[in-house]
Amino acid sequence: MKKIMMLTLGLFMVLSVGFSASAKTMTVGLDADPVSLDIHVQLSGGMLQLSHWCFDPLVRWTQEMTFEPRLATKWERINEYRMRFYLRKGVKFHSGNTFTAKDVKWTFDRMRNSVDYKGLIEPFVGVAIVDDYTVDIVTAKPYALLLNMATYFFAMDSEFYSGNDENGQPKDAIVKIGPSFALNNASGTGPYVVTSREHGVKVVFERFKDYWDTKSPGNVDKMILTPIKEDATRVAALLSGDVDFITPVPPQDFKRIDSDPNVKLVTCNGGRIITLQLNQKRRPEFKDARVRLAMAYAINNAGIVKKIMKGTATVAAQQGPEGYAGYKPELTPRYDLKKAKALMKEAGLEKGFECTMISPNNRYVNDEKIAEAATQMLAKINIKVNLKTMPKAQYWDEFDAQVADIQLIGWHSDTEDSGNFSEFLMMCPDKATGYGQYNSGNYCNKRVDELTLAAQAEVDLAKRADMLKEIEQILYDEAAFIPFHWQNHSYAGKKELGIAPVINSMNFPYFGDIVVE
Amino acid sequence: MFAFIIRRITQAIFVMLVISMVGFAIKNKIGDPVRDLVGERVTPEERAQIRDQLGLNDPFAAQYLRFLKNVTKGDLGQSFFYKKPALDVIVGKAPATLELVFGAALIIILVSMPLGVYTALKPQSAFSRFVMGFSTLGVSMPVFLTAIMLIYVFGVNLHWLPSYGRGETVDLFGNGWWQTGFLTLDGLEHLILPCISLASIMLPLFIRLIRSEMMEVLETEYIKYAWAKGLSPMRIWLVHAFKNTLLPVVTVFGVQIGIMFAFTILTETVFQWQGMGYMFLEAVERSDISLLIAYLIVVGSVFVLVNTLVDILYGFINPTVRIAGRK
Repeated sequence: MKKIMMLTLGLFMVLSVGFSASAKTMTVGLDADPVSLDIHVQLSGGMLQLSHWCFDPLVRWTQEMTFEPRLATKWERINEYRMRFYLRKGVKFHSGNTFTAKDVKWTFDRMRNSVDYKGLIEPFVGVAIVDDYTVDIVTAKPYALLLNMATYFFAMDSEFYSGNDENGQPKDAIVKIGPSFALNNASGTGPYVVTSREHGVKVVFERFKDYWDTKSPGNVDKMILTPIKEDATRVAALLSGDVDFITPVPPQDFKRIDSDPNVKLVTCNGGRIITLQLNQKRRPEFKDARVRLAMAYAINNAGIVKKIMKGTATVAAQQGPEGYAGYKPELTPRYDLKKAKALMKEAGLEKGFECTMISPNNRYVNDEKIAEAATQMLAKINIKVNLKTMPKAQYWDEFDAQVADIQLIGWHSDTEDSGNFSEFLMMCPDKATGYGQYNSGNYCNKRVDELTLAAQAEVDLAKRADMLKEIEQILYDEAAFIPFHWQNHSYAGKKELGIAPVINSMNFPYFGDIVVE
Repeated sequence: MFAFIIRRITQAIFVMLVISMVGFAIKNKIGDPVRDLVGERVTPEERAQIRDQLGLNDPFAAQYLRFLKNVTKGDLGQSFFYKKPALDVIVGKAPATLELVFGAALIIILVSMPLGVYTALKPQSAFSRFVMGFSTLGVSMPVFLTAIMLIYVFGVNLHWLPSYGRGETVDLFGNGWWQTGFLTLDGLEHLILPCISLASIMLPLFIRLIRSEMMEVLETEYIKYAWAKGLSPMRIWLVHAFKNTLLPVVTVFGVQIGIMFAFTILTETVFQWQGMGYMFLEAVERSDISLLIAYLIVVGSVFVLVNTLVDILYGFINPTVRIAGRK
């Protein structure tokens, strides 16, 4: 197998010399590089970005939040439990193997062995091969989000990952810590082949010459990814011309990039909501919906978006952003200090009270500043908040232990669907089912639980949307949590880069399709 | 003499044990490494399972003993982030830091000597006053500020020099151990700004040190005698005075080079220089605790080794050191 790889590599080199006249190289500066080449080792934004560069999913999201055929050319529902996918023919893996139905099944079975993925694919029974180019994906219960999940089905080259490596370890082993075959070797069907990788320093991608998607406008032959963690250095690297593209862009530098004629800034709406959870178990005051409402009225989240986020976030009043099934446009931000004070008076807490709060300081964009602003705003209704901020490495243990009365958390729905927010953040915490795993406010409303579970199984999308909207309405009326905003994604690059067409609200820039003029 | 050496070595081993113990004691305070390895969906039970597999749930003494046992086999543990033996990671990052320190030391030597001598010889000249004033500024400016200013002036505004990273490197020994930036034009360009930043801390100090030492030497009797003898000024300044100025300077330089390694953490972070300092800071952020402990052990053992060797050498050179330790 290695020989074949070397041969194909050699072939690329010969070919690339031939094309060198028009060879286009793009250098990319990100805040981190992929932790592994094994896409199932960790379920994170960075790993999914890599998955889209070196692999292809059955379907993928478009900018309009619709599904675009990738390895599946079309699909149809057979019944409530089963969806049939017709696979693309003539697709080659980087190793030269041909992509067929067995690779889809193999990849699904591998996801089962991944700690990170197995929760995600829990609703599925498995993949049934109909013929070489047709598969049925089967769920245990009727499942509305089957297509959403198909965006996670990246096909891996089953032949390439079979057998044992030189250490006698199976090549398909998913190893979190320590060496594994898949850590440094990958064979997908995607637009790029990783030709060299030094973790934490640099990854070099080269265009896969046999890429099936010949209609893709992408014309980058070589992509060099370097992690640049420091915000200021990353911006400087773009402005000085050392890299062609950066993300994320710190809000404080937007003006600077906008004013430079050689580079441009592109932002797009993201789905990550930033919220405060009010712990009702720790703080009896928070059990009173009037107090929670008063706090929601006291927070000027539009002001935070304008002053702290420099306009690069969308003010939120519910969990899911526009475009999600449960989005209810009538739910608007409510900043009204008078009303907040009146509500506090009504609750008999005119004099206020003192409480504690924690927030990370390096997890979300400007998280520390947002938390500080919130404490000042709450002080106006006489709630004195003692804030403690800490790096994310320490934060999540404290969050789980619920050490403070108010805790900040951001959430992005990995199904790109409203229900996911409620499942993790708003359902009654239950150790047995795992629902409400990140609900440190201990908000618990049976109706919300009922609706969330019912929505999971409802395949009629219109009915389902109504259920999700009802949830948002309840949470809004009861001020179950304090919403701030949905973070935008920000990208900046040289003028000749076609950034806008390849970005999306998932923050998976489809670099395979990027055009350099 | 033998007893003295044995005693010194025992002390060194004891110090290493203390360092490793301190490292182990703090490791649970910097966060849970498993958090960095898994996605948000992974349940607390599964995380606990991974912690179990990694042996992070064992009692302190058990973990420490296991670690010591592995150390005797030359295994300092696996880095969680790099997924390789921690020692390999550190050894792999060392050349970058060494080159940075070497470049900075070179700048310090080449600039501080002529400036120090000149300001000593012509203390009243306008240029000397300017150098002295500037050196005060240099001493009082933090290194990260210097670095960011350099990047903005030479990288962003003038586009003369690259702003981050090591650039193109060459494999020095052909076995991947030492990637050097000194042999390519691109690598050298990448070295300039970080080296200047790192040097900016020590450079003013050395200009001042050389100046004051030189001025002192110029006042001595033998220099006056040399003048009286009618030797040429150049010969007096450079051969007789400067040579004697250098003795204390070299001693201080040796000590400061060690301290400079500590300053690389800031410089490397700003320039995203892939050396040991940057690696250390990253490891703290990712709570890559096995890498952190390995780093403490490696750096600690270098210091202990050098000090022990120096002590033993002193023992040879100066017998009173040996006797002082005898009871």
